[in-house]
Amino acid sequence: MEVKSALLGSSIVKKYWMALTGLFLCTFLVVHLGGNLILLKGEDARLSFNAYAKFMTTFPLIKAVSYLLYFSILFHAFDGIVLTLQNRAARPVKYYFNKPEANSTWASRNMAFLGTVILIFIVGHMSNFWYKMHFGDIPMDANGNKDLYEVVVTFFKDPSLGIVYVAFYVLCMVALGFHLVHGFASSFQTLGLYHKKYNALIKNLGLVFSVLVPLLFAIIPIFIYIQ
Amino acid sequence: MNLTLKIWRQAGPDDKGRMVTYQVKNVNPDMSFLEMLDVLNEDLIAKGEDPVAFDHDCREGICGMCSLYINGEAHGPGRGITTCQLHMRSFKDGDTIIIEPWRAKAFPVIKDLVTDRSAFDRIIQAGGYISVNTSGNTIDANAIPIPKENADKAFDAATCIGCGACVATCKNSSAMLFVSAKVSQLALLPQGRVEAKERVLKMVHQMDLEGFGNCTNTGACEVECPKGISLENIARMNREYLAAVIS
Amino acid sequence: MRLDSKIPAGPLEEKWTRYKGTVNLVSPANKRKLDVIVVGTGLAGASAAASLAELGYNVKAFCFQDSPRRAHSIAAQGGINAAKNYQNDGDSVYRLFYDTIKGGDYRSREANVYRLAEVSANIIDQCVAQGVPFARDYGGLLDNRSFGGTQVSRTFYAKGQTGQQLLLGAYSALSRQIAKGTVQMFARHEMLDVVVVDGKARGIIARNLVTGEIERHGAHAVLLATGGYGNVFFLSTNAMGSNGSAAWKAHKRGALFANPCFTQIHPTCIPQSGEYQSKLTLMSESLRNDGRIWVPKDRKDAELLREGKLKPIDIPEEKRDYYLERRYPAFGNLVPRDVASRAAKERCDEGYGVNPTGKAVFLDFESAIMRYGQVEANLQGIKNPSKEKIRELGEKIIEAKYGNLFQMYEKITDINPYKSPMMIYPAVHYTMGGIWVDYELMTTIPGLYALGEANFSDHGANRLGASALMQGLADGYFVIPYTIGNYLAGEIKTGKIDTNTPEFESAEKEVRDRIAHFLGNNGKTSVDTFHRELGKIMWDKCGMSRNAQGLQEAIREIQALREEFWKDVKVPGRSDMYNPELDKAGRVADFLELGELMCLDALDRNESCGGHFREEYQTEDGEALRNDAEYAYVAAWEYTGKPSEAILHKEQLVFENVELKARSYK
Repeated sequence: MEVKSALLGSSIVKKYWMALTGLFLCTFLVVHLGGNLILLKGEDARLSFNAYAKFMTTFPLIKAVSYLLYFSILFHAFDGIVLTLQNRAARPVKYYFNKPEANSTWASRNMAFLGTVILIFIVGHMSNFWYKMHFGDIPMDANGNKDLYEVVVTFFKDPSLGIVYVAFYVLCMVALGFHLVHGFASSFQTLGLYHKKYNALIKNLGLVFSVLVPLLFAIIPIFIYIQ
Repeated sequence: MNLTLKIWRQAGPDDKGRMVTYQVKNVNPDMSFLEMLDVLNEDLIAKGEDPVAFDHDCREGICGMCSLYINGEAHGPGRGITTCQLHMRSFKDGDTIIIEPWRAKAFPVIKDLVTDRSAFDRIIQAGGYISVNTSGNTIDANAIPIPKENADKAFDAATCIGCGACVATCKNSSAMLFVSAKVSQLALLPQGRVEAKERVLKMVHQMDLEGFGNCTNTGACEVECPKGISLENIARMNREYLAAVIS
Repeated sequence: MRLDSKIPAGPLEEKWTRYKGTVNLVSPANKRKLDVIVVGTGLAGASAAASLAELGYNVKAFCFQDSPRRAHSIAAQGGINAAKNYQNDGDSVYRLFYDTIKGGDYRSREANVYRLAEVSANIIDQCVAQGVPFARDYGGLLDNRSFGGTQVSRTFYAKGQTGQQLLLGAYSALSRQIAKGTVQMFARHEMLDVVVVDGKARGIIARNLVTGEIERHGAHAVLLATGGYGNVFFLSTNAMGSNGSAAWKAHKRGALFANPCFTQIHPTCIPQSGEYQSKLTLMSESLRNDGRIWVPKDRKDAELLREGKLKPIDIPEEKRDYYLERRYPAFGNLVPRDVASRAAKERCDEGYGVNPTGKAVFLDFESAIMRYGQVEANLQGIKNPSKEKIRELGEKIIEAKYGNLFQMYEKITDINPYKSPMMIYPAVHYTMGGIWVDYELMTTIPGLYALGEANFSDHGANRLGASALMQGLADGYFVIPYTIGNYLAGEIKTGKIDTNTPEFESAEKEVRDRIAHFLGNNGKTSVDTFHRELGKIMWDKCGMSRNAQGLQEAIREIQALREEFWKDVKVPGRSDMYNPELDKAGRVADFLELGELMCLDALDRNESCGGHFREEYQTEDGEALRNDAEYAYVAAWEYTGKPSEAILHKEQLVFENVELKARSYK
């Protein structure tokens, strides 16, 4: 009975899934960022970016992986919500006075909040770009690919709301950074990878990752806006 | 020193409870925190009021009986100590000190600052042992050499006093540090490997049944643990558990 | 009443083997029909409960703490002795036996002590099998260290937390049985009386400390593993809850109480700092290996120290009195506990105490720091090192050896012991006396047993370091599982013990009446006030040194205090709730009787031996003067209604295997 219930519902298994989906989403971030960085070439990026977008939406293997990705995002969020609800229930009476900053980082205590911000961002992001790319009525570029580049630029350069979109985007990237700064190293701990020699390495790698990736993401809309 | 104390008072498990303010005068800085509470209680008894109930026994930081959430931290300010080792010189004249019981669904309040931590006992009963009877015919103690590094790590894990500060301090009321300390101690020793798989599954199962929260690796438990039990133990338990569920 | 110690016949080395080979057994099917109650879950209680449950008996275990893991065995620091001879330094069962008998100043029973030495090796095997993480060397084998009163290294240890690790081992064995349902655990329960039916122990009355409910529990045998009564002194190294009530209740029901005056005072404790103090903390005996004990030669200097006008480092070498080195040149600072304690008291009583209360001496690591530092400098090839450099190197060595103890000292006192000498003073630590038991650990009430510190049997007038843990586990793991069968074999036809009998009824009524008295008493004085007062009488007059006049005064004072207590004690709250003040009141009421018996016993024993020092019986230079011709007996006291009217029974101690000698440390 233990093994079966352990695989489905134990507290630790829930954490494994959290760590595994989280790490998988990290690799996705890198791939996604790679594509986005093309946008920094300005107008020259139009054709290559659109070609890249087409490849990403049509190549069978990528398509298959993308379903895994959707599932991971949903499961990461779902699992996170379940964990958070359980954790709240584990302390029905709160402390009258608590001083958590004495023993833990702000990010580590606010993963659910940060995750929610990111989830809201993803929903908006997908309706703005992903939905349009897949189902929207988008003009074609010179190569006959859907001109996603135009969609992106128009979006962020919107004369009245562009600045709001950029600000929101940047803010969400800050949230992502904090989410990653705890989540990255935490997933290794959850998977049992703890070693005096390598802990610092994992932690520093996580720090670099969680600063660099969101930063590069955030530069792009700013770049487009001021261009 | 003169101090203002805000203490959680709760007549019994079913009472709602509330914070009550008390004044204590002429506190000597060399007093331990619990001796300061003794003074308060003597005062309350003299006035015909109900003294504040709190758990304590050895008063030298080893039995794990004392608890108390003091000014927002388990076992109060200071690291590597239990409440009974906290001395009043850590506070200033005129300070207000807020004293609460451990807060967790799995640790219900019995009275005032006293909680029921029998959930920990039940977790140990689920598998926190090596199944060997007292026969007097076990193998010689030196028959199996144990690498010093493992023996030392097992010892470090075994120093857990079961006070529950990890649960109290964790924002999720998770008992992972406590459970992993016992799992680690026995997993690191050859005698304990025999039942390692079954042990980790059973103990975690019981931990979940008791209503503790999930570990989110905030690391608060390690910081507040009076015995400095390392997060490495949690990682080891995660590893042991993974090996147990997939094999 | 004739005391029968039931020592088996035959040569010393064969007694236990012969006993085990011929003792009555209970078959597995019959064990299931027999119930055993174990009170207390320290080393002796937890190991006994687990072992008996493994054998098949139905066990009910009781402890007043919130979990069996918290018993005060957990606080033992140094280690556990065992005659393993892993170091090949000449140790043997006989040598451990001999050291224990000699250390106990020839006031313990040969057969019991020999058995203890015999099973000691099994304890280590058992504990290792349970996963107790003893210290190991780089080869992966068990490490040993040496302790006071011995010339071999036979002490196994787990850093400074040996007691904790051993207790957790026993607790895990107990937990395993609780999970199986063979042990029913009653935590936060206190035994308030033993029930005797037709001369046999048949159960207990216990109070659920959370709900206040009074419960009756019947059983075919009752084991008391309830520890010592050091808290009669109010201040001791015992836990706050440690008490003598279970033993005292058994005594009042007919169990004889043996050698109550034998108390061990530990020389190296952190001194009391004020009247509010609730407990004293022990600093491991190992510190005396490197620390030098001193007070100023000049009373004036001591006065200035007390007033804080002088610092210890301001006193030059020639104005310091290293009194242990002066009085005992051969052993110096490493004299046994009782000798070191008395010498400290003597200096302080003469006005040489060094802290504001005048009750402390220095334990100074300066010369050790400088000595180690010089050696380290040589090792590192540092030529002409400065004093500061030597000190720095030396402090590192001391930190490696005693770091955790130094840290603990600083936490409590706020004094950095690397820079300024520690201040120490003796404190009550262990009680060698206890309930009288025979070779089978049975008291004078059939079916009632006493184990561990609660009995009197193995340590005589002074216990050696690292032997308390050994005795607790020996009794629980390896003695009682055999000896209890001899009695229970006769109980297999008894059937379930009925708790609806007049005996249970009247015992319960007595318990209820007492509680009602406390709560209904319209007194003004708190329990602790009485306890403190009792402690002061005991410490001053029945402490490190005693004399007839003081003891007689103490008896009168305790009687008066007891009367006052019953009239004026104030206990708040109700009986049907969690009420720690009520629990304390019951314990102090018993201490107020036990204390008197201790004084009576000390008064009877007109000799000085071990922890019992009668000022009238000392040599010219102030050493203990034992009287083997008249006092080589166990004083076992029978209760007759009042402590003062207790009747003395003597169990003559027979020494066939060791020669009685005077201890000398000069």
